[in-house]
Formats: sequence, C-alpha cells, structure tokens
Amino acid sequence: MAATEQDFLDNPLGKNPTLEDVLDGFEFLDDWEDRYAFIIDLGKQLPAFPDEARIEENYVHGCQSQVWLISHYDEASDKLYLLIDSDAMIVRGLAAMILVALNGKSPRDLLATDIDELFERLDLFRHISPTRGNGLRAMVGKIRDIAATAETR
Amino acid sequence: MNDLSMANTATRKAFDVQAIREDFPILSQQVNGKPLVYLDNGASAQKPSAVLDAMDRYYREMHSNVHRGAHTLGDRATTAFEGARETVRSFLNASSTREIIWTKGTTEAINLVANGLAPRLKAGDEILVSHMEHHANIVPWQMVAERTGAKVIPVQITPEGELDAESFSSLLSDRTRVLAITHVSNVLGTINPVADMVKQARARGIITLLDGAQAVPHFQPDVQALDCDFYVFSSHKLFGPTGIGVLYGKAALLEAMPPYQGGGEMIERVSFERTTWNVLPYKFEAGTPAIAEAVGLGAAIEYLSGFDRGAMEAAENALLERANQLIETVPGMTVIGTAKNKVPVMSFKIEGLHPSDIGTLLDQQGIAIRTGHHCAMPLMDFYGVPGTARASFAFYNTLDEVDQLFAALKKVQRLFA
Repeated sequence: MAATEQDFLDNPLGKNPTLEDVLDGFEFLDDWEDRYAFIIDLGKQLPAFPDEARIEENYVHGCQSQVWLISHYDEASDKLYLLIDSDAMIVRGLAAMILVALNGKSPRDLLATDIDELFERLDLFRHISPTRGNGLRAMVGKIRDIAATAETR
Repeated sequence: MNDLSMANTATRKAFDVQAIREDFPILSQQVNGKPLVYLDNGASAQKPSAVLDAMDRYYREMHSNVHRGAHTLGDRATTAFEGARETVRSFLNASSTREIIWTKGTTEAINLVANGLAPRLKAGDEILVSHMEHHANIVPWQMVAERTGAKVIPVQITPEGELDAESFSSLLSDRTRVLAITHVSNVLGTINPVADMVKQARARGIITLLDGAQAVPHFQPDVQALDCDFYVFSSHKLFGPTGIGVLYGKAALLEAMPPYQGGGEMIERVSFERTTWNVLPYKFEAGTPAIAEAVGLGAAIEYLSGFDRGAMEAAENALLERANQLIETVPGMTVIGTAKNKVPVMSFKIEGLHPSDIGTLLDQQGIAIRTGHHCAMPLMDFYGVPGTARASFAFYNTLDEVDQLFAALKKVQRLFA
C-alpha cells in the first residue's frame, strides 16, 4: 500500500475535532445553509489521500460520486485508522463526519458505534439511507467489514 | 366512442400554466420548507388528476380481468383497456390497434424487438445505434449481438450534441440490419432528424426502431409519416402511470416475429402436440396486463389532447430560452448539449462543483433535478465528465421556476466560495 503508517496516524479526525466538538458545533446551526457550510468545511479537513491508492480495490461503488477508502490496523494499540476521499464536496464532508465518529478506534468500539443513529440525530440520515446512491452507505459497510476482519485476527 | 374523439371536437383550452398546475396535485406541496420546483421531468413526469381519477374509477367501478367476456365487469374492463389502446393508436397515428403492443415501458419494448429480430441476425451483421443512446437502447442490442455474432456500432456525435450526419452515412452499409436511434436525447435534449435517417435506412432495407421516451412528453410523433418500423415510449414520462409503455410496430414485421414471452392470453390454442399464437397485438401480451395503467395512460393522452399542442411547445421553448439567457449569470456554468433543435432539457456542469453537490443543495431549496450519468455512460465518456446535473422541464413549469433554479444555483456557488 502506498500510504505510510504515518499518513494514517496524521489524520486528526476523531481526535481533533472529536465527535463531541462536531455535535456541539453542528447542532447549534439551524439554518440549512450554515449546516451545509459546516459540512463542506469539515470535508476540507480530510487529509490528502495518496494518489497511488486510487485503485479499483479501494474504490467504493456508488452511483454518483467517486469514493476511495483505505485502512491501517495497528495491532499493538488495537486501533483502526482510516483514510477516505471523494470528488464530491458534500460526500467528503459527510465522510469526514463518519471519520470523526470512527477513526482511531478499536474494531470493537467501532462496531459498537451506530452511524445511522448519529446521522439521524444530525438530521442527515437521508444522506446515508439506502435510497441515496452516493456511496456513503457502501462506505460505512466497508469500514464495518474491515473492523470485523481486524477484530477476528 | 372514446373520450379522445370528444376532446378533439371540443374547443381546446387556452394555455394557462397556473390553471394547468392545479391539475397536478403533487406540485402544490413544500419540500424542505420550500415550494416544490420539479425539474426532473425527464426521469419521470407528474400525473394530472385526470389520470389519478381514471385509475381510481377503473378500480372502483370496472375492474375485472380483460378479454374473458363472461360478465359485465369483464366487458367494462375490456372496453376501458381496449379504448386506451385506441387512444394510443390515434396519438401515434398508427393505422391499426393491431400495431399497438402494451409493454412495461420503453426498456421492455426494446428488449422485445431485439429478441424478436434475433432470428434474422447472424455473425457480421451490424446494428447501428448512436453515441447518445440511453443504456436501454444499447444493452438489449449488445445482448442479442452476443448471441448472434452481430455487432453494435455507434453513430458518432458532434461536440454540440447532434448526430454526425457524415458518420451516419458512412456507417450505413450492406451489413447494417437494424437502425435503433433515440428520437430525443435524454441528456442533451437533441431532437434527431429521424425521418431523414429512417428514409436512408429504409432505402437499404434496414429495420428501424425509434426510442420516443423523451420525445412524446414534448411533441406528438406520427409513425406513418416517420415510416419507422418500430416506435417505443413509456407512459410515466408522458404524465401517465409507471409500469406501462407502448411498442408500435408495423403489422407485417410483428406478424413475422416470434412471441417474446409465453403464457396465457398470447396463445390461440395450446396442446402438448402443438401450440399456436394469438393474433396481434395479443401475441406479444402474455399474462394479465397492467389494465389500470393502460387506462391511466389513455387518460393522460386524452388530457394532453385537450390542449393546443403548439401552444404547449411554445411555452416549453420559452422555458428553455429563459434558461439559456440566464446561463451567463452563473460563472463557470457550461451547458452540455447545444443542438439547434432541442426539447427543454438542460444538462450542465459548473466549474469546481460536483453534480451530486449541486443536486443535494438544490434539493435543500426545494428544487428537484437529476444528477449522475443518466444511464448514458458512453455519452458521459464522450464529454469527459463523470456525470452532469440535468434540469428537464415540462409544460407545467413556469418561467418563475426557471428563475428560481438559477437563483438557487448562485446560492450553491456562494456556499462553496
């Protein structure tokens, strides 16, 4: 894999900001424009994704936007690190939201996190519902598969 | 006597878009706290009350199976169902209802024809389509080509999104067996010069199919004037219900084609020694058909026939013209598909914005458009884009809605600035 371990460890999402930071910031906004501006800004915080990793096996199939996902599991600390990229800004922002919730956790903690519930709480559920073909739902599924595999190691 | 002939003799209603909008109950709702602006008509159009009422009335007063003839309800259902077929015949100006086959939609109609023509195809034969086809007019031919050894060859298009006449002429050959071309492009809105193309093809004995899915919502084709062998369309884009569509085919060709599916209704007599087929159109209508949907489609066509179609086309052209005028107010916006002759469909991209971002943020503002590849991946490849945003207008859209679209696009741009 082209990404180094350091690339994964350098991804701040989950530590800075934390899920609590994001929830506090987001739930305060009641105007849709501010909410989407927040999501778009969050997307801009996604770390650079290595070009060499844009290959078929890392591609998450969605109907509209392109989504890429790679992972690194550190057995010593039992932590799973993720990097995601997309060509659509809102998908990037929502992916960042997902990373804030899931990145750098143990596979067990990751699997115990209910992303649907989080998105419902944020009134963003429609973006990951099965009716939207934007790849986010497939992405969450893939992350959970990776965590399940890591957990059984 | 069916209602269409009555509508034709009655005085046609003046074109009043606000009155028309009241005929479409779904349009008066709010979406995400904003009045709905429905600009995804190319994907599926909304239904007037006349259609909803006809289907409701059918189920409340007439429903039974058709063509069984043993009781009154059966007679009523059959009369309504066959009346709808006559309405479609008249709409297309086909010479006989024998030539009007009910299908699930455009896709099934093309699959039916492709399979029906398969016995005539052999290795080396060519099926001409175009680079702007919907997947529904590519993939069924590819499947048949794979079985028969024939080849599917695309007619090239110009950067403006028009069929390349030279490419077409050069590809017509002694090997060409079928020409399957869209009447109107779902992405570009281009109205193709199909009458002339059919003429050239017929001179060489080539079988012709026209995909009218995106044409019929905007204008009325005349299959006898076009002289095509097959013309197909879907009800749901023509303000009728989903689940039903039409295959028009010249009787002689339909007679010569094998049935598509076997079952009830499509047979004359069944025995284990020998089964014979029913007459047209029933030979191609195995099983209990979508009766209420056929009635609904008939009601949609009757509803449309109550208007001056010329006035409707003029109103639609005014929508497109307004959109074209506003393009330059959005920096970085480019329209894909600038054919001289087009229906009110506007595919576009905006520099720095992904189509899916545009779609999501328009939805927040109550505006429904389509984003993505529009089931036309070869066309997306031609333009080198992963997808486009597409606003597709219907006669019930207003100039004010066009203005709202552009105001909303500017707001989207500000959010990303």
